[in-house]
Amino acid sequence: MRAVTRARGAACAVAAALAAAGCGGGGSGSGAAGGAVLSSSWGDPQNPLEPANTNEVQGGKVLDMIFRGLKKYDPRTGKATDMLAESIDTKDSRNFTIRVKRGWTFSDGEKVTARSFVDAWNYGASLKHNQKNAYFFGYVDGYDKVHPSSGTQTADTLSGLKVVDDHTFTVRLRQTFSGFPDTLGYAAFAPLPRAFFTDHAAWLRKPVGNGPYTVESYMRGSQMSLRKWDGYPGPDKARNGGVDLKVYTDSNTAYTDLLAGNLDLVDDVPAAQLKNVRSDLGDRYINTPAGIIQTFAFPYYDKAWNKPGAEKVRTGLSMAINRKQITETIFDRTRTPATDWTSPVLGADGGYKPGLCGGACDYDPARAKKLIKEGGGIPGGQVRITYNADTGSHKEWVDAVCNSINNALGDSKACVGNPVGTFADFRNRIGRHRMPGPFRAGWQMDYPLIQNFLQPLYYTDASSNDGKWSNKDFDRLVDQANAETDQARSVRLFQQAEEVVRDHMAAIPLWYQNGSAGYSERLSDVALSPFSVPVYNEIKVS
Amino acid sequence: MGRYVVRRLLQMVPVFFGSTLLIFLMVNVMGDPVAGLCGERQCDPATADQLRREFGLDKPLWQQYATYMGNVFTGDFGTAFNGQQVTELMATAFPVTIRLTAVAVLFEVVVGITLGVLTGLRRGRPVDTTVLLLTLVVISVPTFVTGLLLQLLLGVKWGWVRPSVPPDAGFGELIVPGLVLASVSLAYVTRLTRTSLAENKRSDYVRTAVAKGLPRRRVVTRHLLRNSLIPVVTFIGTDIGALMGGAIVTERIFNIHGVGYQLYQGILRQNTQTVVGFVTVLVLVFLVANLVVDLLYAVLDPRIRYA
Repeated sequence: MRAVTRARGAACAVAAALAAAGCGGGGSGSGAAGGAVLSSSWGDPQNPLEPANTNEVQGGKVLDMIFRGLKKYDPRTGKATDMLAESIDTKDSRNFTIRVKRGWTFSDGEKVTARSFVDAWNYGASLKHNQKNAYFFGYVDGYDKVHPSSGTQTADTLSGLKVVDDHTFTVRLRQTFSGFPDTLGYAAFAPLPRAFFTDHAAWLRKPVGNGPYTVESYMRGSQMSLRKWDGYPGPDKARNGGVDLKVYTDSNTAYTDLLAGNLDLVDDVPAAQLKNVRSDLGDRYINTPAGIIQTFAFPYYDKAWNKPGAEKVRTGLSMAINRKQITETIFDRTRTPATDWTSPVLGADGGYKPGLCGGACDYDPARAKKLIKEGGGIPGGQVRITYNADTGSHKEWVDAVCNSINNALGDSKACVGNPVGTFADFRNRIGRHRMPGPFRAGWQMDYPLIQNFLQPLYYTDASSNDGKWSNKDFDRLVDQANAETDQARSVRLFQQAEEVVRDHMAAIPLWYQNGSAGYSERLSDVALSPFSVPVYNEIKVS
Repeated sequence: MGRYVVRRLLQMVPVFFGSTLLIFLMVNVMGDPVAGLCGERQCDPATADQLRREFGLDKPLWQQYATYMGNVFTGDFGTAFNGQQVTELMATAFPVTIRLTAVAVLFEVVVGITLGVLTGLRRGRPVDTTVLLLTLVVISVPTFVTGLLLQLLLGVKWGWVRPSVPPDAGFGELIVPGLVLASVSLAYVTRLTRTSLAENKRSDYVRTAVAKGLPRRRVVTRHLLRNSLIPVVTFIGTDIGALMGGAIVTERIFNIHGVGYQLYQGILRQNTQTVVGFVTVLVLVFLVANLVVDLLYAVLDPRIRYA
């Protein structure tokens, strides 16, 4: 902190010479009353901050601090545990009775009741509110009336939701889904106070929730100051006075600020700094697995990639990729070579099964060459891997993958990268089914369930099945798994479905992604959740 | 003079419409902006359709442009994807960038012209050679290298300044970024002034002024500098627009939430409203800056006034 004060003094001295500019607080709030405040890097959220409308990490970070839902995912194990839920009962995995704990309030004093949830869910599902996470309510009965796939909605509320009394409501699903209670920790299912509905614009300017923090001030695009809410009734109270989230235009600048002592926490160590981060920060650098997997998806709408025998070509391509070398040299071990289609954060009980991919994910140039030849060769003679070049340094690793494939096949033209300028354009081409070959597909889990890694991606016509892969066996096994009430049996069925994905090499798994973070000497007890978001309420500031 | 100004103002009209239309076309050619709004997954079709309707993206392009232009004249620049009014974004971004540009231009004028005068009057001397070499170095090193280097040295190693600029970005905090932003132009200003000065030094009117026994200071400021500044003023004038729009690299390095940052975000998220709105204002800045330059000519050299 000493360095900061000196720096600000110097800046002010220079400023005074020019034209006495505002050099007052600056805003890092050191030693404020009620516990010390820490500062953390942030990115500008892409959408308005509403629980059912936030689908990226930056907005999710805030929701995680100001909201608590029926369930909460354990920051270490990822397991869903009851938070506001007193009990969630079901006999048939389709009709659920949810009892909400008493004694919880929003930070504006309003009681959290069954209605807080039902109103929030109805709002999130309704088509006219344009909520980007509306599909989360797709399992609930009546969703097709509230959110039809075309035309106008014929109902404003989900028929599957019923308030029984102040603290009880029932949910009826369209199909059996035994994992449903475990999805309820996701932010989209958060309760909302009346203020959200009565004065929506004001709520957006300064969101009010029921979590351990309250929003003190929000300067859109530059900073949000969150403070500990002393009246928070939950067991996971904040152990610091608050968090200042500061928007950085570039993660490199945030990292530089951390080194200079102006920032306490960065939760995205830029790729360029990975080489120095251990010497810069020592054990104040965290690199832990997150629920993110990178894969290559294929355009199954293109006959060339979907003809009989093509699975041999796809498996061959998978075997031509030297995952170990790429994760070590390009990603500096912040990725782990994937050996299944889920993520290590699920744990063995949750469905993660290392080695499920078997030999198909091992680097074996000789067999790769042989398999591709047997499968009729690469369609068109060349693999063009499409990716967006604007973010995430995708170019480096796609080029490395292509090099690996070219070396394995002994053909310098077997694989080339096919960059697309912006992410929006990339998504646009995927949506219009214009992929000339495999394309980058990243998946960050919504909730730590094996179902979330398989169903949205590979089920016929599922929301994120971008390659339009379709397989009857897979669909059947997923249906069975969802209907199964026994957790362990359900997971086993999902794994059988995953084996179908493997046998057809529906998508090539590349690597599991880690979350990385670095922090200043002031902080302790810093950890990243399986969603690669810092567990802010547990951080201690000295 | 009056007719000259009117003619110049009329010329601005087609330039304004042409350039905004071009930007509109370019952003739209990139494809459907709604596609990138839902993260790594596809937006569900019903929501996507509704968003498109809301942002007017379902209409033909010419109609979008007409509506947009109609709205612009009532001061409505539309809504960005995060639900904020574009005018609101402008209200936060432009003041910061204007301050940054002001600092940069101040550097160009004060340091650039001073160095230019110093070297122009002492051609061939060690001062001249040193400054020339220095400007060569500055011109040949890209801005992001200068920026990152200064940030690392002043911000991290020596701790003199903060490596990043806080959101309110006062003048004091913008000194280093302003210097970085100005660096290349500053070198050009120095060289332009030097050459122009050295040329005019040999001209008849300067010799006359010296022969009349005028004090050296007066010869330099009133006679020599006034005439030598015409190319420099042109350069600085056009540079103002370039600095505002081109601050993107500097703004990124020092975390300044200005015009460059908003434009960058707008392009990444393919947000037509933001990009076109900001570019529209930038086009206006360019046009006005050019107008001011032309008017300044007339002040500096009365002969131009009647041309």
